[in-house]
Amino acid sequence: MAFNKKERDIFKDELNNIRNAGIFKDERIICTPQDSEIKVEFPAGAEKKSLINMCSNNYLGLSSHPEVVKAAIKGLENRGYGMSSVRFICGTQDIHKELENMLTEFLGTEDTILFPSCMDANAGVFEAILNEQDVMISDRLVHASIVDGIRLCKAQTDTYKHSNMNHLEKKLQLHSDKRLKVIITDGIFSMDGDMAKLDEIVGLAEKYNALVFVDDSHASGFIGKTGKGTHEFCNVLGKIDIITTTLGKALGGASGGCVSGRAEIVEICRQKARPYLFSNTIPPVVVSAAIKVLEIISKNTDRKDKLEKSTEFWRNGLNEAGFIVKDGESPIVPIMLFNAKLSQDFAQDLYNEGIYAIGFFFPVVAKGQARIRTQLSASHEKPQLERALDAFIKIGKKYDILKKTKEEIIEIYGL
Amino acid sequence: MAEIKETILDYVKDEYLDEDDDKEINFDTPLISSGIVDSFSMISLKRFLETKYNIQIPDSKATAEAFNTVNNIVKTVEEIKSE
Repeated sequence: MAFNKKERDIFKDELNNIRNAGIFKDERIICTPQDSEIKVEFPAGAEKKSLINMCSNNYLGLSSHPEVVKAAIKGLENRGYGMSSVRFICGTQDIHKELENMLTEFLGTEDTILFPSCMDANAGVFEAILNEQDVMISDRLVHASIVDGIRLCKAQTDTYKHSNMNHLEKKLQLHSDKRLKVIITDGIFSMDGDMAKLDEIVGLAEKYNALVFVDDSHASGFIGKTGKGTHEFCNVLGKIDIITTTLGKALGGASGGCVSGRAEIVEICRQKARPYLFSNTIPPVVVSAAIKVLEIISKNTDRKDKLEKSTEFWRNGLNEAGFIVKDGESPIVPIMLFNAKLSQDFAQDLYNEGIYAIGFFFPVVAKGQARIRTQLSASHEKPQLERALDAFIKIGKKYDILKKTKEEIIEIYGL
Repeated sequence: MAEIKETILDYVKDEYLDEDDDKEINFDTPLISSGIVDSFSMISLKRFLETKYNIQIPDSKATAEAFNTVNNIVKTVEEIKSE
């Protein structure tokens, strides 16, 4: 052991740098199940406070649904707690195959492989299927896990301006000589809540013989007519070659992810994707609950419909109050404040008013694009959203930002 | 020298700014530290320089500082060309 003062100071300095940059992350301790209303202890040791939760990915309100919890207990009783193995040694149960088949059916693809998380799916898929002769052409605002996956892969990389189809086309022309070209995008972009132009992307992919990769983590279960995702919304079902998504958001919210798509690509992931080969199988309790989630959302679209109505109420309320709200089709609703400190002060005031939402600023979002990101859930009831809206308006008035233009807010608070 | 600067500035504008972007970029505008170019999208700039000027930019020279302004980029390109 050589963890002396010198070594300790190196890490202390780094932590201080993070603090000085204003990006130090503190965990809020939640003392209840995940829901639209939670009890939070923050800072540690403080009195627990009841808050309306406006920042979870629990889009369909299934994270603590009684039927899902019951299915998890049943899975625990029938298939045990852990498998003590990776999938390909002795970690694949009948329910893992059942869930993979259900996801294939639900997403409208050819085959599916489970990963411990979607982060792992994104980290593993590119390196498994591509080589130096190929190119990955990615939207510049894709999720960090995709960026990591791209960095782990030997294929060449390029990027296109966010959702800019002219720029994407130029890049496809530039790389026309590559063996495989893969266009990479999120379905719904997590910070802005906007949707990829998948119909146009598929059109370009067909024109230039490229594959299409979509991470639909912020869409699976609730975007599109039956909630299949952005490919259903954009009428390109069956035309996306690789979909990655998570079980950690709308689909039960526990953990786990998958690669779903062309059968051969999925099979190569089974043979070569390192996070699949070298990490434990998803525990039976999570698999059983996820199966129940898919059963619930395949029966009807009630939860998705409620989420859409709540989102509409929330967007309209904020717009009418005079906030600057990013347009979009998703339950991710960012309220633009532009100034980093204002976003932090606003979030703290919300917390004091019993509303839990997070302020984001550079480097998580672009400089001068600080915001409060709110996320709706099917578990939100209208009185909760009315209370949350009242709190936003009260604080908006305090900072005098209602019915102001971007330029006027920047004039008061700077960038 | 002036021609290289203009060429690189034009590329940066075309590659990193949106058509409706109100940002003004000149030879000394910070690109990396201002967030206009990030480490993920910097790869296309590197590829452009290598192809256009027929050079190889080693990772040790493709630093955030070396790519932070058009003037810095020109200096880096000139250095590598003269080696």
